[in-house]
Formats: sequence, C-alpha cells, structure tokens
Amino acid sequence: MIAIIGLVVGVVLGLVLTPDVPLSLEPYLPIAVVAALDAVFGAFRAFLDGIFDDKVFVVSFISNVLIAAMIVFLGDKLGVGAQLSTGVVVVLGIRIFANVAAIRRHLFHA
Amino acid sequence: MSAATGTPPESGATEAEAAGSGLRRLRQSFFAPSRGQAVVAVLVGVLAFAAVTQVRLTGKDDTYAGLRQGELIQALNGLQAASRKAERDISDLEVTRDKLRSSTLRRSAALDQARREVQTLGVLAGTLPAFGPGIRITVQDPKSDLSLTHLLDGIEELRNAGVEAVEINDRVRVVAQTYFENDSGGVRVDGVRLRSPYVLDAIGNPDTLAGALDFQGGFNDDVRLDGGSVKVVKSDRVQVSVTRKPGQPRYAQPVPGQ
Repeated sequence: MIAIIGLVVGVVLGLVLTPDVPLSLEPYLPIAVVAALDAVFGAFRAFLDGIFDDKVFVVSFISNVLIAAMIVFLGDKLGVGAQLSTGVVVVLGIRIFANVAAIRRHLFHA
Repeated sequence: MSAATGTPPESGATEAEAAGSGLRRLRQSFFAPSRGQAVVAVLVGVLAFAAVTQVRLTGKDDTYAGLRQGELIQALNGLQAASRKAERDISDLEVTRDKLRSSTLRRSAALDQARREVQTLGVLAGTLPAFGPGIRITVQDPKSDLSLTHLLDGIEELRNAGVEAVEINDRVRVVAQTYFENDSGGVRVDGVRLRSPYVLDAIGNPDTLAGALDFQGGFNDDVRLDGGSVKVVKSDRVQVSVTRKPGQPRYAQPVPGQ
C-alpha cells in the first residue's frame, strides 16, 4: 500500500518538478532506471517467496544502480560505451523477465 | 544484486503452497504498513521519479543532447555529406545560370547587330526614309534637250562620290535597280514620268558630292551643253522621304552559310 503511494508520489514529483539532468549524467540515467526496475521486481518476487528483507532490498537497489552506471562509465572510457550499455540493458531485461515469470507463477499459479 | 536471485524456482506441491502463502502475505501487508514497506516506498518513488524524468528527456526534441562521441561523429558526417551534396548542386546550378545568362546576352547582341544592319540596308535599299547632310541639285531643262546619258552620268558621279540616298522630284527613290527611259518632253524613271525642272535630293558628304558634279567636262558642263542649267545647294539636312517596297529577288539566292 505504502509502496504504491510512493510510486504515485514519485511519478507526480517527476511530472511537476521536471528536473534538468546534468549533461554528464545523461547517459547513465536510462541504465540506472533499468537496473532499479530489476531490483524492484527482484524484491517483489522475494516478498512473494517470503524471504523479503528491507535491508537487502536497499543494498541491492543502490548497488544495482551504481554497478550499472559504473559499467557504462567504464565502457565510455574504453570506447565501447554504446555496446556495453546495450549489453547491460539486455542482461537486466533477461533478469526482469525471469523475476516477472516467478511473480506470475506466485500470483496466478501459472 | 537483487534479493530475489537467491531463490531458485520451486516445483510441485511446494510451489503451489508457496504461491498461496505469497498471495496471503500480499493481502495482509496491503493493510498492515511496516518499516520495510516505507523503505520500499521511498526507493520505488525514486525509481518512478527517475523513470519519468528519463521518459521526458527521451521525448524532448534535442536529438543530439546526451549522444556519445561516436554517434555525434556519425551525425556530423551525415550532415557534412548532405552539405557537400548541396554545395555541388549550388555550383551546378550556378554554372547553368551563367550559361543561360551569357547565351541571352549573345542573343540580344546579335539581335541589336541585326537591327542595325536592317536600318543600314534599309537606307541603302530605299525601303526606309532617310535624312542627313547632302545637296539639292536643281536641273532646269526648258527645251527638253537633256540627254538621258548625261543624267545617268550625273547619278553615277554621285554614286562614285559615296552618295547614300537619292530621290528625284520627291517622287522616285534612286536605288541599284532604278532604270531610266526617254519620254516625250522629259524622262521616265522607274516608270514614273518626270518633267523639268528635275530636283535631286542626295545624302552624303556635301562637299564631295558637289565636287563630283562640278569639274571640267562633268555633269554641270554636260547639262549646260544640252542647253540647261544646274544649281547645287549644300545643306546640313536633306530629307529623302520616298521609299520603295522591298522586292524578293526571283533568281538570285543568298549563298547559305555566308
């Protein structure tokens, strides 16, 4: 319940404030969003499994975002930024699909 | 890494049981807030905030903001190729324009030349009226004894002196095809009967024309010999207003390519 309220508040804040992203952070924001999505789906799955722990969730959320950003940053330095961010998005996408499949099994028994 | 990755997929009855307990837990927690839920709410809010920002950023129109160097170089190359092509088009079109302009100039120059030639030839062929410096010759021939040969000689002398237009009695224009005949009591020029006094208007250098008639054994002497008299008046403005219709040559044809 509170989580849904937090989601709505975030969306509304984003729409109302329309923050300007610093140019240096622009390449990392999409990757960070995808990584955070992965963490959230993972946490939901853990919650349904009954092994959810908020400390683990916080750590996994932050580390996911940071590691994804760092990979992209490294890729940019090495000159393969575009390819690496594609790779990160693919890997995170696969994980999100796996998590959503588990969640679906829990909720719909299918 | 996420908390969920540690959980392998379960199977059989255990899975069904776990699924049932998961749903129940979901329903319970929906109405029982806890510290964990607050943390989740904060992080999910952050995620939503970032996602909305990113979506807005992507929807914005500045296509080139946030592009990497390689992508920018690619875009730049594309633009450069387009601009090179446009420049080539411009120079092609400029060449075409210059060509057209010069051909127009040439054509108008040729047209002017042709127009000038028509004027000149029109004066010489007698199709255009003309005026200019010249002389007026009045020949009195009271006894009608003027020999046609002498009259013709006089006109030949004028031609030798460079006369450009001649008319007689304001009725006949003398040109290359003009013919003279004897007629009772006068002469017939181009089929027109003329009587004394004969008045010839001649355009040319007045001094030269006058000198061409007035020398020992010249036109003036000839006329006097025939019992007539000649009066020559130089003028700055002699009008030759009689014109001839231009005729198509029946036999002579211009040599092509000249």
